[in-house]
Amino acid sequence: MNDLTPPPAKNAAESSDLFAKFDPIIETREALLARGVEDPFSLVMEKVLSPTRAICNGRDTILLGTYNYMGMTFDPDVLEAGKEALEKFGAGTTGSRVLNGTYQGHRECEDALREFYGMEHAMVFSTGYQANLGIISTIAGKGDYIVLDIDSHASIYDGCAMGKAEVVPFRHNDIEAMEKRLKRIPEGAGKLVILEGVYSMLGDVAPLKEMVAIAKKHGAMVLVDEAHSMGFIGENGRGVAEEQGVIEDVDFIIGTFSKSVGTVGGFCVSNHPKFEILRLVCRPYVFTASLPPSVVATAATSIRKLMHGANKRAHLWENSKRLHAGLTDLGFKLGTDEPQSAIVAVIMPDLERGAMMWEALLKEGLYVNLARPPATPAGMTLLRCSLCAEHSPEEVETVLAMFERAGKAVGMIG
Amino acid sequence: MTEAEVDERIRALIEPFNKKAIEITPATTFAGDLEFDSLTVMDFVAAIEDEFDIIISMNQQAEIETYGQLVSAVHKLQDS
Repeated sequence: MNDLTPPPAKNAAESSDLFAKFDPIIETREALLARGVEDPFSLVMEKVLSPTRAICNGRDTILLGTYNYMGMTFDPDVLEAGKEALEKFGAGTTGSRVLNGTYQGHRECEDALREFYGMEHAMVFSTGYQANLGIISTIAGKGDYIVLDIDSHASIYDGCAMGKAEVVPFRHNDIEAMEKRLKRIPEGAGKLVILEGVYSMLGDVAPLKEMVAIAKKHGAMVLVDEAHSMGFIGENGRGVAEEQGVIEDVDFIIGTFSKSVGTVGGFCVSNHPKFEILRLVCRPYVFTASLPPSVVATAATSIRKLMHGANKRAHLWENSKRLHAGLTDLGFKLGTDEPQSAIVAVIMPDLERGAMMWEALLKEGLYVNLARPPATPAGMTLLRCSLCAEHSPEEVETVLAMFERAGKAVGMIG
Repeated sequence: MTEAEVDERIRALIEPFNKKAIEITPATTFAGDLEFDSLTVMDFVAAIEDEFDIIISMNQQAEIETYGQLVSAVHKLQDS
């Protein structure tokens, strides 16, 4: 006899909650919020007034944590290009780049990148995260070795894990540690060295000149993520590899549209003769919808304008130097002794006081990033400031006055 | 090098990282008993790699939870 009723559950094991592993994070978060601080991770911008100003949680706020380095988000030419593409090509492509998702605009965007970097090939991804995920996982597979800086971005680690290569990290920016590991890789194995131009947490720059030379000496291919330097560092804004004169020896440059370019998307540029095959074998490129026409149109226009952004670059450097010097004079501990990029990281003693300082700044009308482990190195809590070429010198002085008042209110500076 | 020799050398290397002077047995865990954080792991692994002139990739590290597993992994690696 077939009994279709389910058996009684008396002997069934107690159902396990897969969310139990998140309990420590839930507890840390609840303990923080119980102290009455504004939640640093659920800020809403009700209105965005310009690249440097927004209404955040009801307050008029200076934005100092958006990586909008070159202030292209409201550039009139960029906006115009986006509107025109939206009208002419519609809201989205509804398809993969390799099927129905390559429009004229995607081609033009890749042309702009090739020109910007002076390279043969350019491939646009839907996000910067997917660019790292896709390129790394596709070129370095099982049995290959990836030697990378321990402070590499999450998207780099995720690309490594997805490709199943052997991952060999070395101490941050340590040239000797990198070379030792390259020397020990078994004969004949494929080798990829992954570096970043600017490391986003402390805003420090990699010694690419030495590292790229060593990687090449040991027969490794080199991938450099220039997400935080594009548009700003180097004579043509090509990044740290350009600044240090080694861009010719870099096999792959990864970048993003969500920082200096001012929209969203990611890319890889390269001179590798077989590069184009990646369009067919790179899963994070193939199995996702391509960027909307308005996004690639804004990106292409912005990239072309960044080629001629020397004056803006100079002003951004002035801002970075002034903020760095001002915060140092106030007695804050910073991530670097000298300003090395458009990121100035203020080191907090712990998460609790970091959150208090973050909130005090927000109430002053200043938004910065609260960065904490595991995103940060060495378990640090940071208030990460990123400057914009559109911040006026007066705004930078206002920011410093806000840091002074908030720092004293929280008891972090004397 | 025998496994006992590997054990002896790693015991010497672990000392500066064993801040609470926990007794080391093959069952001692790095995350639980020794409370190694990610930076400590990196420095400790680097010390072992330099001592034995080997690579212990992150993929291999993920499989190593106890002191005993480490000794046997290093013994295998320096033999190959």
